[in-house]
Amino acid sequence: MREIALNILDIVENSVKAGASLITVTVVCKDNLLGVEIGDNGCGMDEEFAARVLDPFTTTRTTRKVGMGLPLFKMAAEMAGGGLSLVTKKGVGTTVKATFVADHIDRAPLGDLGETMSTLLDDERDFVLTVETEKGKYVFDTRDLKRELDGISVTEPEITVFVRDMIRENINAIGGNLL
Amino acid sequence: MKSIADIKAIRDKMQAQIVLRDNQDAEQETRIVVGMATCGISAGARPVFNTLVDEVAQRNLKNVKVTRSGCLGMCALEPIVEVFVPGQEKVTYVHIDPDKARNIIASHIVNGNICTEYMITKG
Repeated sequence: MREIALNILDIVENSVKAGASLITVTVVCKDNLLGVEIGDNGCGMDEEFAARVLDPFTTTRTTRKVGMGLPLFKMAAEMAGGGLSLVTKKGVGTTVKATFVADHIDRAPLGDLGETMSTLLDDERDFVLTVETEKGKYVFDTRDLKRELDGISVTEPEITVFVRDMIRENINAIGGNLL
Repeated sequence: MKSIADIKAIRDKMQAQIVLRDNQDAEQETRIVVGMATCGISAGARPVFNTLVDEVAQRNLKNVKVTRSGCLGMCALEPIVEVFVPGQEKVTYVHIDPDKARNIIASHIVNGNICTEYMITKG
């Protein structure tokens, strides 16, 4: 994964598969620490599965016996002097949090969160994206978007392109493109 | 800077088109599906997805949907794009990049010519 935003996309896909109706993505960069948190209200994991979910040879998919999503995210964080923690409860949801030392030489760039969010847009579930830097804070909530859309699908290509460009502009305005 | 309130203009323009489209048979929709599991994402599926969406929006193509799917089990061939045109057999493209994605829209979706050079070859 070349960007943290790609890891985020990958981890959020797990929340989508867990049947979550609300997924939050929070990126905070302050005091040389970059924190990325992905939380959902999906099906969660039981203790036994949670204990081995960071093992690449654990997966829910049926086409292969390896699952690299969480292990790759953990590796990216640990390479950059940080770490990954996971809180989950069966039937309640899962929260994955990774931290990175922001100026660590091996930290991947944050990347394009606009593209990550536009890829995820869905009529079935909602997302709240929060990006906070020392220059400011940007919050994007798909529930606000859907209210404005008044029944038009968020997956209409024209809407997807608009949302992507809007998120990019707003994140750039608070220096998120430099992370 | 753009905000959610700016979506109103696009919404009003689209609402008229949507009514027209809903009257057509829903089965007439062309679907373009991009594999978006760990394997696809790390191979570059996200820019491919976004290029396809860009092209569909720019060309103002009606009844074309770009969606994501999970792992198809052919991780070495990612990014994989599947095209479902109503009444035709599914076409699977492999090792797709943004340039190839643009060609798929131009040749296959717009002009109906399958890009055979991007398909899986036998043996």
